[in-house]
Amino acid sequence: MESCNCIEPQFPADELLMRYQYISDFFIALAYFSIPLELIYFVKKSAVFPYRWVLVQFGAFIVLCGATHLINLWTFTMHSRTVAVVMTAAKVLTAAVSCATALMLVHIIPDLLSVKTRELFLKNKAAELDREMGLIRTQEETGRHVRMLTHEIRSTLDRHTILRTTLIELGRTLALEECALWMPTRSGVELQLSYTLRHQNPVGFTVPIQLPVINQVFSTNRVVKISPTSPVARLRPSGKYMPGEVVAVRVPLLHLSNFQINDWPELSTKRYALMVLMLPSDSARQWHVHELELVEVVADQVAVALSHAAILEESMRARDLLMEQNDALDRARREAETAVRARNDFLAVMNHEMRTPMHAIIALSSLLQETELTPEQRLMVETILKSSNLLATLINDVLDLSRLEDGSLQLDIGRFDLHGLFKEVLNLIQPIASVKKLFLTLSLSSDLPEYAIGDEKRLMQIMLNVVGNAVKFSREGGISIVAFVAKSESLRDPRAPDFFPVPSDNHFYLRVQVKDTGSGISPQDIPKLFTKFAQSQSLTKNSCGSGLGLAICKRFVNLMDGHIWLESDGLGKGCTAIFMVKLGLCGHSNEAKLQFVSRPPANPMLTNFPGLKVLVMDDNGVSRMVTKGLLVHLGCDVTTVSSGDECLRVVSNEHKVVFMDVSVPGIDIYEVAVRIHEKFSKRRDRPLIVALTGNTDRVTKESWLRVGMDGVILKPVSVDKMRSVLSELLDHRVLLEVQ
Amino acid sequence: MDGLVIQLQRQLVDYSTSLYKEGFLDDQFKQLQQLQDESNPDFVVEVVCLFFEDSERLLSELSKTLSQQNVDFKKVDAHVHQLKGSSSSIGAQRVQRVCIAFRNYCEEQNNEGCLKSLQLVKHEFSLVKTKLEAMFKLEKQVLAAGGSIPMH
Repeated sequence: MESCNCIEPQFPADELLMRYQYISDFFIALAYFSIPLELIYFVKKSAVFPYRWVLVQFGAFIVLCGATHLINLWTFTMHSRTVAVVMTAAKVLTAAVSCATALMLVHIIPDLLSVKTRELFLKNKAAELDREMGLIRTQEETGRHVRMLTHEIRSTLDRHTILRTTLIELGRTLALEECALWMPTRSGVELQLSYTLRHQNPVGFTVPIQLPVINQVFSTNRVVKISPTSPVARLRPSGKYMPGEVVAVRVPLLHLSNFQINDWPELSTKRYALMVLMLPSDSARQWHVHELELVEVVADQVAVALSHAAILEESMRARDLLMEQNDALDRARREAETAVRARNDFLAVMNHEMRTPMHAIIALSSLLQETELTPEQRLMVETILKSSNLLATLINDVLDLSRLEDGSLQLDIGRFDLHGLFKEVLNLIQPIASVKKLFLTLSLSSDLPEYAIGDEKRLMQIMLNVVGNAVKFSREGGISIVAFVAKSESLRDPRAPDFFPVPSDNHFYLRVQVKDTGSGISPQDIPKLFTKFAQSQSLTKNSCGSGLGLAICKRFVNLMDGHIWLESDGLGKGCTAIFMVKLGLCGHSNEAKLQFVSRPPANPMLTNFPGLKVLVMDDNGVSRMVTKGLLVHLGCDVTTVSSGDECLRVVSNEHKVVFMDVSVPGIDIYEVAVRIHEKFSKRRDRPLIVALTGNTDRVTKESWLRVGMDGVILKPVSVDKMRSVLSELLDHRVLLEVQ
Repeated sequence: MDGLVIQLQRQLVDYSTSLYKEGFLDDQFKQLQQLQDESNPDFVVEVVCLFFEDSERLLSELSKTLSQQNVDFKKVDAHVHQLKGSSSSIGAQRVQRVCIAFRNYCEEQNNEGCLKSLQLVKHEFSLVKTKLEAMFKLEKQVLAAGGSIPMH
């Protein structure tokens, strides 16, 4: 106890001081103990505080400090060694913890400071976002308005409704006092007040379009603020104090033609309407940017809606027009079909019914001519015959033409003498030409084949028609006929662009040019020449044909894979008719359809016709027998019949020739011939019909030919005559001369 | 024998020449003769016989028709026409000629003329028949003698 470490109070009078120290220590300890409690309490309350470990440490530090001070209380008086130990332990611990805490704080405090800066940063960010939100909200508002407006505007295709709706909706959305639309007039010189919001039917105010304010608005696609006193804005009676702000925007009026591929509408459109919007007066409202943008968008939408409406109107109109046209075309087509049917029916009737009476007339007239007649009667009968012959030709022509058009006409292809044909044409036309004192020349090129394969009769018809026309329309001078083989260069004619001749080994193209020195043809008449029944004015006087001739020629030429055209240098300068037809070359075995040699004089005639089936009709037994004997002698296989009915019953397509004795008076004969014609519709199958007659009258012969006979033989018939008749018949299928 | 043939042939030739000269036969008969060949050796005879038959029938018809009270001239004409045809077919020229005249009378409806013509026709017919029969006999004789019918 002598060396006790206890602190000895130095000033016994300082008990007061000690007491105060005692109390202070107590309170310090209390505070020291309560602070961690508070900390723990608040930490428990807030879950987010990140530094719990620090708090624990701090708490421990404070608790230990408090403990130290608390234990200090006991050291004021005499205390035992235990207390001293405890005191020491406490102090040591406290020292450790406080050092650790101090070290920890070095790390912690910068972190804590940065938290503060982050908080500041976040606050700024939040403020910014708030601002932006406000903006977006405004924009979205605007967008909604625009969509709604657009929807209203585009929900109709009627122009007036569109414009009306625009104004109403704009007025509603933007709470406008007045909204007006000025449309350009038709003349384009003025703007007329067409629609307003408040007045239902605005009276037609107009302003000239060249005002500076209007030009200013039209020159830009943005909304332009204009003065409330400008003429376009003076819509309300003045009397208010402060008119509201007025803006104007242009509305393009688009047309379909405005939309080019590479241009944008702004560049090409010319017409604008003017939309004027007025804010309510006496309000302090101003035009906001988003409202102006809204107006611009609406103006564009209106333009589009209007153009749609216009397009729709046009397309409806076009569709109505098309429907009308369709109806009209349908009607026309039905009418045309009816007409064609009627024509076909008519032709079908004409084909048979008209020919039969014609034959009767001709045959009977010619028979009448044979009898004893007074001169007057003879004249009358001749006139009847002539007229009926003309009529028969006309009927045949017309029927030919319609058969040509129907495509039912077939060419009779056979071998024929080409040179001979030309000479024949010359012979036929020569008399007429010499009467008119015209010369006729024929020039056949040296490479023109002597024989050709084609339809001789129709080629002759073409030639006669063409040369006949040349003679008909020439008053003086002459006709020259040139025929040659067309070479490939001359085959393609620039005047006939549709004609594509294809030369081949088996065929050649015959080209014939008939030049006359006659009245010529004016260029505008040339295309009409080949049309049926068309005759130009200048020709009508001289012509007596039906106008069918050239049309028929053209059809025949076309059937022969050829082409025909006329050239003329003009009226009074003559005319050249040129045609080219395709003919087969002779000398090929597949072309020789005939068994018998043709008729050039050098070749001998066949003396026998082995097995040739013929039919002999004669009601006179003796004469029948004689004819039969004659034919049998020539090698034929003869069947005899004695009446017309029997003849019709027996005749078949095996019989090549039917010999009919026509000296029996009566109409049996031609009726039989007609029936035979009918029975064998194809010309190839039909037997040739030859009339045996004792009459020498030429007229009769022609009439028999018209009735449908292929030849006429005068009785009595000698063997030689019969032989030559048969030869010629089988060669040419017709007897050109009376034998 | 040869001499007989030649003689007979000359006789035949003379006879037929006379027939032609007198107009009983014309060229048509020659044609008929030409038709006679190996395949048809009796052609001429057959035809002529047929002619005889036919004509006799026609002539009796004509007699009947013309003897009636009301003469049907159409019928008469038809018959005469037939006769004309037959005769011209074989070349009986004189018969044919008479027929033509006969037809004219028919047209005129001349009863007397018709009767006259009928007589003529009958006469001519019998003449030509006799002549032809004689000629055929001669031909037979020639053939029997071994000769052939000479062609004109």
